[in-house]
Amino acid sequence: MRFVASTLFRVLVMAVIAIGVLALLLAVMGYDAPLALKALANGALGSSYAVLSATSVRAIPLAIAGLSVAIAFRAGILNIGAEGQLLTGATAAAAVALAATSSDTALANASLSGVAATITMMLCAGALAGAGWAGIAAFLRQRYGVMEVISTIMLNFLALYLVGYLVRGPLQEPSLINPQSASLPVAYHLPSLVSGTRLHWGAVIAVAMSAAAWWWLRSTASGFRLRVIGENPVAAESAGRINVTRTATGAFLISGAIAGVAGAVEYTGVTYAIYDNFSPGYGYTAIAVALLARLHPIAVLATALLFGALEAGGSAMQRDASVPRVIVSVVEATFILLVLAAERWRAPRLQTHEPPTTPSSGLKPSSTGAPK
Amino acid sequence: MLSALDSTSAFLEASVRFATPLAFAALGECVSERAGVINIGLEGSIIAGALGATIGAGAFGPTAGFLVGAISGVLIALVFVVFAVWIRADQIITGTAITLLALGLTGALYSSQYGAVGVALTTPTVGVAKIPLLSDIPFIGRAFFAQPAVTYALYFIAPAVAWWMARTQAGLALRAVGEQPEAATTAGIRPRVVQTWAVLFAGGMAGIAGAILVLAQAGTFVEGMSAGRGFIAIAVVILGRWKPIGVAAAALLFGAARSLDTLFQAMGWSDVPYQLFLSIPYLLTLIVLAIASSRLSAPAALGRQNITLR
Amino acid sequence: MTEVEGAPLLSLESISRRFGNTVALDSASMLLRSGTVHALLGENGAGKTTLMRIAFGMLKPDGGAIRLRGKPVSFRVPGDALENGIGMVHQHFSLVPTMTVAENVALGWRGAHRSTATRKSRLRSMLFDPASAAARVHEIAQRAGLSIDPHSRVDSLSVAAQQRCEIIKALARDVDILILDEPTAVLAPAESAELLNWVRRRADAGFAVVLISHKLRDALAVADDVTVLRNGSSVYSARATETSERDLLNAMLGATTARTPLLPAVEAVASNVETTLTSRAASNVVPSTPSTVSLSTRSTENHINRRAIITLRNVSLRDARGVERVRGANLTVNAQEIVGIAAVEGAGQRELMRLLARRVVADSGDATINGSVGWIPEDRVREAMLSDSPLFENTALRGASSLHGRVAWNEMRVRTREMIRAFDVRAPSVDTLSRTLSGGNQQKFVLAREFADEPTVVIAENPTRGLDVNSRVAVHGELRKARARNAAIVIYSSDLDELLELCDRVYAMHAGRLTETAFDRAMIGRAMLGVYGAMDGTSST
Repeated sequence: MRFVASTLFRVLVMAVIAIGVLALLLAVMGYDAPLALKALANGALGSSYAVLSATSVRAIPLAIAGLSVAIAFRAGILNIGAEGQLLTGATAAAAVALAATSSDTALANASLSGVAATITMMLCAGALAGAGWAGIAAFLRQRYGVMEVISTIMLNFLALYLVGYLVRGPLQEPSLINPQSASLPVAYHLPSLVSGTRLHWGAVIAVAMSAAAWWWLRSTASGFRLRVIGENPVAAESAGRINVTRTATGAFLISGAIAGVAGAVEYTGVTYAIYDNFSPGYGYTAIAVALLARLHPIAVLATALLFGALEAGGSAMQRDASVPRVIVSVVEATFILLVLAAERWRAPRLQTHEPPTTPSSGLKPSSTGAPK
Repeated sequence: MLSALDSTSAFLEASVRFATPLAFAALGECVSERAGVINIGLEGSIIAGALGATIGAGAFGPTAGFLVGAISGVLIALVFVVFAVWIRADQIITGTAITLLALGLTGALYSSQYGAVGVALTTPTVGVAKIPLLSDIPFIGRAFFAQPAVTYALYFIAPAVAWWMARTQAGLALRAVGEQPEAATTAGIRPRVVQTWAVLFAGGMAGIAGAILVLAQAGTFVEGMSAGRGFIAIAVVILGRWKPIGVAAAALLFGAARSLDTLFQAMGWSDVPYQLFLSIPYLLTLIVLAIASSRLSAPAALGRQNITLR
Repeated sequence: MTEVEGAPLLSLESISRRFGNTVALDSASMLLRSGTVHALLGENGAGKTTLMRIAFGMLKPDGGAIRLRGKPVSFRVPGDALENGIGMVHQHFSLVPTMTVAENVALGWRGAHRSTATRKSRLRSMLFDPASAAARVHEIAQRAGLSIDPHSRVDSLSVAAQQRCEIIKALARDVDILILDEPTAVLAPAESAELLNWVRRRADAGFAVVLISHKLRDALAVADDVTVLRNGSSVYSARATETSERDLLNAMLGATTARTPLLPAVEAVASNVETTLTSRAASNVVPSTPSTVSLSTRSTENHINRRAIITLRNVSLRDARGVERVRGANLTVNAQEIVGIAAVEGAGQRELMRLLARRVVADSGDATINGSVGWIPEDRVREAMLSDSPLFENTALRGASSLHGRVAWNEMRVRTREMIRAFDVRAPSVDTLSRTLSGGNQQKFVLAREFADEPTVVIAENPTRGLDVNSRVAVHGELRKARARNAAIVIYSSDLDELLELCDRVYAMHAGRLTETAFDRAMIGRAMLGVYGAMDGTSST
């Protein structure tokens, strides 16, 4: 409880600073700052529509992707690739949808259980594809010591081009006019959670995944090992005799799978198709979501709502005050930097107290530890 | 036969053209990494340089464009310095945030200054400055000596950086900070100061790289036009083994990869999806990292957060 | 305080310094005269290094004054101290391993003073010329009587040569005052003697040397003046000729706690107190004159009726770079004995200890290590603990790889509570973050965890490094208890006296080779340098 309270307080302080930075920027760029901020607030929280159909809906992929980032970072893996994993997850879900709904008979015979099975299959395909996409970076890291930061960013670009190719090729909608996939039949949409709003069952999935991740990290042996390799890979190997490489690879794959689910949920719950700009950078925003939550799986839900509000408000700001919504990423970056600064100031200054040891002597096991 | 020769020559020319901005960014990053700082925010400096060049060139002409571009890159790098060097926050996460910051800032600034997205704005560009005689050398003449003047600057900067690192006290200090900051400290060197200058230099070089994208290539600013070049530059540094000349050569390889489409089009293979060509630099980065990532020649203190006195 | 003739070269007056809540220095003073060797003595943690780091500008004092030749000075960074003629050689060397000796010496060198230099020489001083730098190193080394190859890369040098490189680095800055922090800790006895001779000659040539040490033997051998620190305060100061070991010991440890590991005679008393619990251990207490005990008397008894727990036969091990660190090692360790490994830094003992702890696998040869292993690595913060995690999670770290399903955290808490009590770990609760514990308590916690399931094998690396006297005695007591309950124990310590005090048998390691050695300080010292002349027939194969 104290953790939650202190985190909430920190987030509040940071939010005030970040909004201040935003206001300053708007003023400098010559926009009507009060008008823009009002549009932002209205678009995010101004009405039940704003809350349930805009903010919450955007928070869903952010929460799931944020969870993906949080788990990777907890294990000491800097997975910047949630964006690409999310895209491949959505693409795989779309491919499953295409296969499942290709024949008319399949559509006609769709029973409730059949639909549920297909939706489950789409989500699972998303998870697998996300894990697979992350798996490339995980393999390169494990086998060749490639820095996952760079490789996951490269894979983000590759995923983007892959989607670009697929929606003009194998996955293009039947009329071959628009560069996007065929629309998912209504029967296969994730059901609405509150009727009359766009809020869908993805919210339940996000909450359930957060709770499960929290329990897993806290109570299970494998969750403990994941935390240990993130906190001190050397001690994990030396004192804990943990296979750091294997644990890290596992965490990387799980992180990718979760990001893939985020994409599949967004596809089945919101967009019903994939196209070039399927994700407005959810995977990057997820980094801010996770860091602001201090990598806590439950706190991720709250910070996802905050950033969901920011995204929703950003769209409203563009609509109502003609402020380019890309400015929202400045706010996100400000949040990340504030978190970094706060962590450093909180950290104890152990300088000169305990002499640091010489870099590892290069024994085989430690050399396979986390390349940082 | 003549057309094959022409297309090879065109391919080489395109290779050098695409390699130029990469080489600038990577040479800067090379200096920064030799000081132990991995600046993932390089991407941010490039995009800032691109916008700065657009604004500067629009107001005062192309030369001023390069200058404003460099300054913009330095300013973004300064934010990185504050967090990653002075506060000693995690370099990777800081860099990611800086990139996000710069992409958002440039996008918003551009649309606020030049109106809604979609209005293409043309910027005065620099032309090709042919060097007489040298540019007539078959095959490589056009590629290396019929380029914008800024490319020729590289022919001096790369060896100069190499010489500076090996043969000056400051270069010695830079390498020491990147390898063993404690040793540098006890020898009277201040790692933070050295790292600050190294990162700012990298920011300036990346800013010039961004300026080249606008002033020597695209002729206009596009949101997000850096397109991951900052990250590719980091792979270039690794492939170049943290040595300036090697880095310049590695940049050329990446330029060649990016130019493969000119070669393929000349051969009449036009049915290859263009996304594949666009993907090549990123694929190549992954492959290069896999081959060259053994850390044996990396600066020992690269990315280290805690520099502790002992 | 002893009166000093004339103005002292360097005077440190009532220096104080805190780290967070810990008071590292509280009114520490010292007067250094020209042309003398000044020994700065004190137990681990007494504040010797902190005081000298303040004199060298690495740390800022919270209070007090520094005077150089009577003039008040204040150094912001080491560079300031160097410009004022103060150089320091650190216990952990501060050399760049990938650079040559010449490059290391030239590092940070600014040449002539800016005000007096011409523009041309100023420009030249900004450049680095490998040839002239090497010539300079050569010249300094010759003048100082130290041998070194300016072109060698530092990571290819022996520890002793690296130390010479450090000294030359300081001399190249024309220092009048040279501070050496525990210079003999990393050296074999013969190398130590050579270094101390050099220190003496340096002082005789008119320069001042400060020798930080916790070893009386080294200090009294060469020092002119002595200052003793205890708990951050200077408690004693005298001419070396006017003091005695007894006085110094009392000053270092406080008159009431004359239990000390510093002199064998006194230590024997302490050991007796600690080990009366077990008759077996008591019979093995280090005799008051260890140098007279021979290998045979100690080990004949040991080899009877004991089963071998650890057997290495012709074992070799390479590190990740492919360098062979352990070469054809043979070693037998039986139940109920403590075997010591003596070696200078980088002799391969680090790798050997990890092999014995089953943290790495041998490349060739047969290694049999029976039963469970308790592993006490030298760097507990980095290798044995989760600094930002509570103690009960640190308990779960041992055996973390074989945990399944849900972790019984409540059981871990109970176990941790018991461990803390049994090993007298001073911690407020099991939820305390381990980084908030003192070094001694951290080490006791690691011992408690590793000994909790009574392992048959205990591998400990410098188990008392950086600990205060009481923790040190406690750690030794626990190791002896483990021996008493049948464990086979291997200890590496860079402190030869600790090995002699604790072990039943000693092996020396040099350049990856392991040799059983007579229980004799001088012979072990020779073997550490690879000289086995006096060891006919006793090497174990």
